[in-house]
Amino acid sequence: MRQFRKAAIAAVVAAALTPAGVAVAQDKPVKMSVVSFLSGPAAGPFGVPARNGAEVVILAINAGKLPAPHNTKGLAGRPIEVEYIDESGGNTKQVAEYRNMVEKRGVDVALGYVSSGTCEALTPVAEELKKLTVYAVCGTPRIFEESKPQYVFRTMSHATSDNVAAAYYVREYFPKIKGYTGINQNYAWGQDSWRDFDAAMKQLTKAKASTKLQWPKLFQGQYSTEISALLLDKADLIHSSFYDGDLESFIFQGQTRGLFKKKQVVFTVGETSVYRLNKRMPEGVVLGARGPYGVIVLNRPSALNKWFIAAYKDRFGSYPPGPAYQYAQAVLATKIAYDAAAKKAGAFPSQDQVIAQLKGAEFESFSTHVKMALGDGHQAITENGYGITKWDAKAGEVKLEKVKFYPAECVNPPAGVKSVDWINGGMKGAKCG
Amino acid sequence: METALTILLDGLVFSSYLFIVSLGLTIIFGVMKILNVTHGSFYAWGAYTAAFLIGLAANAGWPDWAGFAIIFFAAILVGLVLGLILERGILQFMYHRDEVLIVLATFGSFLVLEDTILLVFGVDPYFAFQPMQLLGSVELGGIARDTYGLTLIGLAAVLAVTSWLVLRRTHWGKLLSAVIFDRELAMAMGLNVSRVYIVTFVIGAMLGALGGAYIAPTVSVAPGFGVDVIVLSFAVVVIGGMGSVPGAMIGALAVGIVRALAVHKFPQFELFVIYAVMATVLVFRPEGLFAPVKARKI
Amino acid sequence: MNLVRDRTVQGLTLALGVMLIVSALVPSWIVNQLLFAFSRAIVVLGLLVLWRTRLVSFGHALYFGLGAYTVAMTSRYTGVNDAFALLGAAALLSTVVGFFVGFIIRRYRDIFFAMLNLAFSMILYGILVKTEALGSTDGFTIEQPTFAGIAFEDPSEGKLALLCLLMVVGWAVAVGVQAYLRSTLGRLTTAIGDNEIRVEYLGYSAEHAIHIKYVLSTFLAGLGGGFMALALGQVDPDSMVNWTASGELVFVTILSGPGSVAAPFIGSFVFEILRTYAFEWMPHAWQMIVGGTLLIVIFFMPGGLWGLVSGVAQRLTRRRPAAAAPGAGG
Repeated sequence: MRQFRKAAIAAVVAAALTPAGVAVAQDKPVKMSVVSFLSGPAAGPFGVPARNGAEVVILAINAGKLPAPHNTKGLAGRPIEVEYIDESGGNTKQVAEYRNMVEKRGVDVALGYVSSGTCEALTPVAEELKKLTVYAVCGTPRIFEESKPQYVFRTMSHATSDNVAAAYYVREYFPKIKGYTGINQNYAWGQDSWRDFDAAMKQLTKAKASTKLQWPKLFQGQYSTEISALLLDKADLIHSSFYDGDLESFIFQGQTRGLFKKKQVVFTVGETSVYRLNKRMPEGVVLGARGPYGVIVLNRPSALNKWFIAAYKDRFGSYPPGPAYQYAQAVLATKIAYDAAAKKAGAFPSQDQVIAQLKGAEFESFSTHVKMALGDGHQAITENGYGITKWDAKAGEVKLEKVKFYPAECVNPPAGVKSVDWINGGMKGAKCG
Repeated sequence: METALTILLDGLVFSSYLFIVSLGLTIIFGVMKILNVTHGSFYAWGAYTAAFLIGLAANAGWPDWAGFAIIFFAAILVGLVLGLILERGILQFMYHRDEVLIVLATFGSFLVLEDTILLVFGVDPYFAFQPMQLLGSVELGGIARDTYGLTLIGLAAVLAVTSWLVLRRTHWGKLLSAVIFDRELAMAMGLNVSRVYIVTFVIGAMLGALGGAYIAPTVSVAPGFGVDVIVLSFAVVVIGGMGSVPGAMIGALAVGIVRALAVHKFPQFELFVIYAVMATVLVFRPEGLFAPVKARKI
Repeated sequence: MNLVRDRTVQGLTLALGVMLIVSALVPSWIVNQLLFAFSRAIVVLGLLVLWRTRLVSFGHALYFGLGAYTVAMTSRYTGVNDAFALLGAAALLSTVVGFFVGFIIRRYRDIFFAMLNLAFSMILYGILVKTEALGSTDGFTIEQPTFAGIAFEDPSEGKLALLCLLMVVGWAVAVGVQAYLRSTLGRLTTAIGDNEIRVEYLGYSAEHAIHIKYVLSTFLAGLGGGFMALALGQVDPDSMVNWTASGELVFVTILSGPGSVAAPFIGSFVFEILRTYAFEWMPHAWQMIVGGTLLIVIFFMPGGLWGLVSGVAQRLTRRRPAAAAPGAGG
């Protein structure tokens, strides 16, 4: 009967791991998990600043110290209990981890996520588990274009606006460009970015796309051969959506070989590296931050922006880069929705009441005006801007020149129209002022 | 013509890189029959140590050329420390056990070392650009090339010649050949196999670390740095034949040049290339192009 | 001795009955853990068959991933969305690939066997990562399947149905493997591992026997991969086809121990729990915990968990060690 005993042990072990009922307290905090890359190549340039941006705002919310009108304590009066989670390890691991987060640890709000692929993978799971999930960053427009999720929101613009704005910027400041090529990571983020940029360039300029596009694998690190190919390519402009350790390796290797002097390079997410590389950041590069964040809005004078920059600098010793803004914005959006829902309900709101408030919301964030305009009120649009790097020797900082913002309605498709169709159809309905 | 030169140079630079990172793997395999997964950790530790020390040196006002000395120092240091810890601490107790269990032990050690890097160096990437900046660039084939990348070719050549000389022309090399051919017989003849193993493993570790340390100035040294290298070096070694130094060289050249050709001419096939070469070799000559002969024991 | 009187089979059957009841009572996160664990256990069962012959494959993520991707691609591109059809396709395709690759693989032993498998798995990885139509690095999401035409409105009921199916299939393949190991061909398993040339002098072809084992293991790996894909609702190359995935599979095999066809089920569950808690408690050092556990198992638990459990059980009952521990029930 040895086998029987073993089976019994297995069953007992399984039963012992079952939690013994959950006690419900009156003032139980709102459990929030903040997910970003805390290890792997994207951690330093992106994930950690993102986490830090969220942390600054969450601490201020719990202390009731955000600038007015957000200076009430907590989310609808209840403090946030936060756990920071690592996004690395691939989509499959994140799906499993998300289930643990929601089903085992009872998280109330899942917030964050940088990777487009992970957001796509999680959306059906979030819908299945019916859990409020606020994506802070991830790029792909498909999430709200191919389905109509009820529980999932994204509080920044999707990648289409980055690349449409980039094409507008190129048309405005580099009208003589004859050809363009691209080096993008070989996964959804890179592919979507290139597709949108290419389509927008075709609409806005007469420049020709190169036939030899470079698609290195994510986290490849070695670009010597690709740089040779880019240097030999006749195209005079290079589009890249690199954003992490890859971006910085590419910059080092390209800089030594004069790539940034010989070709006009557009980095749609290059802003994340400005403060880190500082003097090593090449001059004359077109830089975006996936919207009005980071160095591009360093000088915006709003009270919220000044507070955020000061609070971040006070805690982490540097200016907040784009990802910090983007995560902070997601946390702020959550607070606004909770507070509004509590006001309307006259009590601590249910998840559905919070969702009803977040849907279609419009608010002033730290650096910009956010409108949850797309995907049935689940997908934000904001303005989008670019600038050109210039080393300011006196200040010892990289400055951006020729900063130009394009309004939200100019670079985002109208509600109900798919991004790709919108661009290919001539960007109808765009209000570029 | 200019394109051909560029492709050749790109191919050579990448081949040299591949050869340097796979040499340690193939030597350890050849002598000890261990597929050393910690090779990726040696590589990452070498890169981190070099980048960290070069950063320190730059802050202390040392001249930029000191970076080169630091690279080799870091490789030797990492190889000695990690190599000895792993060989003496773990592997020496396993030689009588299944080879595949030893691979698993190195896999376990690899996982532990990956997180140790995070704990020691944190998640922020390290930059050690000084050596690459110092050497600047040269104009070849109509485009600028970084001189530092070209020195990889020189380093690979030196390593290839040295390892050939050591294996063929020295007493040590002959001992190694004896151990490679038949370990039990070598032991019976009174050879100190255990010492051969320590030295081999430490040298293999140093070579792995050197690969990382030498690459460090060209990249942002970030967590997860060693994972893909294992696959790359493994592919090269499989193509050339496990445990063969000339095999690693041929494997590296084949992959490097075909890949350069792909990036320039058909970039969409770039990543297939390495696996396509590997698949072709596997189907027609699964033991690799240069596999050493092995005796069948009854 | 027929199968009905085989103690391992009796134990498995009883465990199945208990688990079918237990799984309806436990919270949904445990259901998920069981789904992941038992999916992997089916793969590990195949690796166990190989390991009994002293063959370890560092590339079975090839078949695991092939099974998972077959499920994902079939449901995405053909509209077929029934669990039975999807799993059948997954098992079939990986068996066919395993059959052909087997002709090359069967000539190799020891470390070469391990590494050739790894090499083949890297080819699939390369193709997946580079091909946009196959989802490249991101992979795919898979919809909830139906079960013989029955669609569950509530996803958690669907999960439970999948778990029940998985446990029944798991039971069936475990019993099947047990029967195989007790057949003449199966009994050659250990003999080939000990000395293959002696086996050939007995008039059996070692290569042939190994080929059969190999195909069996690829069938199980594809089936397990298919279940894993349905359980997760997601496939991606890095966690399913990369060499680290193969390493994990071998780790679970070692953790389980070769002692019994029931061992993989226990070992896989312990592995899932270990990983979940390691990730929860030490998010920065969970790999270290997993790697450290692997080293401890290799050094101090040569028989794996099964060896540990049966050792303790024997001590408790103060019985002399039963003869031939590795072949318990056989």
